[in-house]
Amino acid sequence: MANKLGRSKQKKFNCRIDFTPMVDMNMLLICFFMLCTSMIKPQTMEINMPTNKDDIKEYQRNQVKASEAITLLLAKDNKIYYYEGIPEINTLKETTYGKNGLRAYLQRRNAVALNKVNKLKADREAHATTNTKLMAQQDAIYRQELIKIKGEKGVPNVIIKATDDALYENLIDVLDEMQICGIGKYVIDKITDFDKKMIKYYTDNHPGSAAPAPAPAK
Amino acid sequence: MGRFKLKKKDVYIDMTAMSDVTVLLLTFFMLTSTFIKPEPVKVNTPGSVSDIKIPEANVLTITVDKDGRVFLALDKKGDMMSTLDEMQEKYGQSFNNQEKRAFGLLTTFGVSVGQLKAFLALKPEDQTAFLKSPQCKGIPCDSTHNEFKDWVQSARNVNPDLRIAIKADSKVSYKVIKQVMNSLQDIKENRYNLITSLKKED
Repeated sequence: MANKLGRSKQKKFNCRIDFTPMVDMNMLLICFFMLCTSMIKPQTMEINMPTNKDDIKEYQRNQVKASEAITLLLAKDNKIYYYEGIPEINTLKETTYGKNGLRAYLQRRNAVALNKVNKLKADREAHATTNTKLMAQQDAIYRQELIKIKGEKGVPNVIIKATDDALYENLIDVLDEMQICGIGKYVIDKITDFDKKMIKYYTDNHPGSAAPAPAPAK
Repeated sequence: MGRFKLKKKDVYIDMTAMSDVTVLLLTFFMLTSTFIKPEPVKVNTPGSVSDIKIPEANVLTITVDKDGRVFLALDKKGDMMSTLDEMQEKYGQSFNNQEKRAFGLLTTFGVSVGQLKAFLALKPEDQTAFLKSPQCKGIPCDSTHNEFKDWVQSARNVNPDLRIAIKADSKVSYKVIKQVMNSLQDIKENRYNLITSLKKED
């Protein structure tokens, strides 16, 4: 004990370094990084558009069965209409963006496929492992299965048409619903004069619907 | 004497631990974050549940602001300069080396080819101010006068690995988006990304 004390006494001159300036500088650097950088990378939605109609030969175009086709019309003031199958002047129905309108409808129409997708998802989560190699394999199978389910017969084909007065936000919301409802086959198409006529006919016959719909909740 | 001794008590706080923490935080921030690119126009992207991340490099960003003006941005300086080379042949303009260098330094541009020479002569801060001002009309993208199409095509020729991303304001009219999408369709660019911000499924 005494020996130890004696030895340490020799080294006992103050060799403490004051770290306060170091901390100051680090704090400043942290502030700088927090202000000048962004942590979140923007998300993206990948879409494939059909090629221009002129270069596709008639036989290459796959015709959508009338029973599977749903056409969504996006109009101004956050209004959305839809019809099923072949358009007729009075088959248009109005719905809303979001959970209770469009999503409920699409989920009902796509119930079979959606159930399968949900089952698949649950299955995947149940088998989740930390092994990255195994996980990548599982993911690949999962993706294949997903494509298979979405391409099955009887799943609805959604045609999205927007009028010039619709907002970009509306389009994204609808594309979003496609993902949520597990719809694999959808396309963005140009609006026809008949579609515009249908909207006009609808608003003329439903005077109550003239009020602009509230913007979809964020 | 006793009182004096009391005051002399060491109030030294050991900052080593604190320093450790800050250094750790600093490393974390440096590794996880990316620098914000200065953008002359502010765009509020709509929210979506999609969680795919945008690729890091080789992105051609098409920005559409809420007034419907179209801007373009390439993430590589070399690509910018080569794209300008292609464009000057198409439009019969000639840019000298200094102007080309200035163009390479731009992060986002949104002027017609005719205005480009005058725009490049401005100082960087004036350029940003010009892009913000209502005088700036964006890149022409009408059916009659479509420079946008040529820009994208030139950029594609320069860099075949290019990914196209559309970053549009949520309140922009579909009319403008339609024009952009139709132009892309005309030059057979059928795969692209729509940049959105993350939103929870409600």
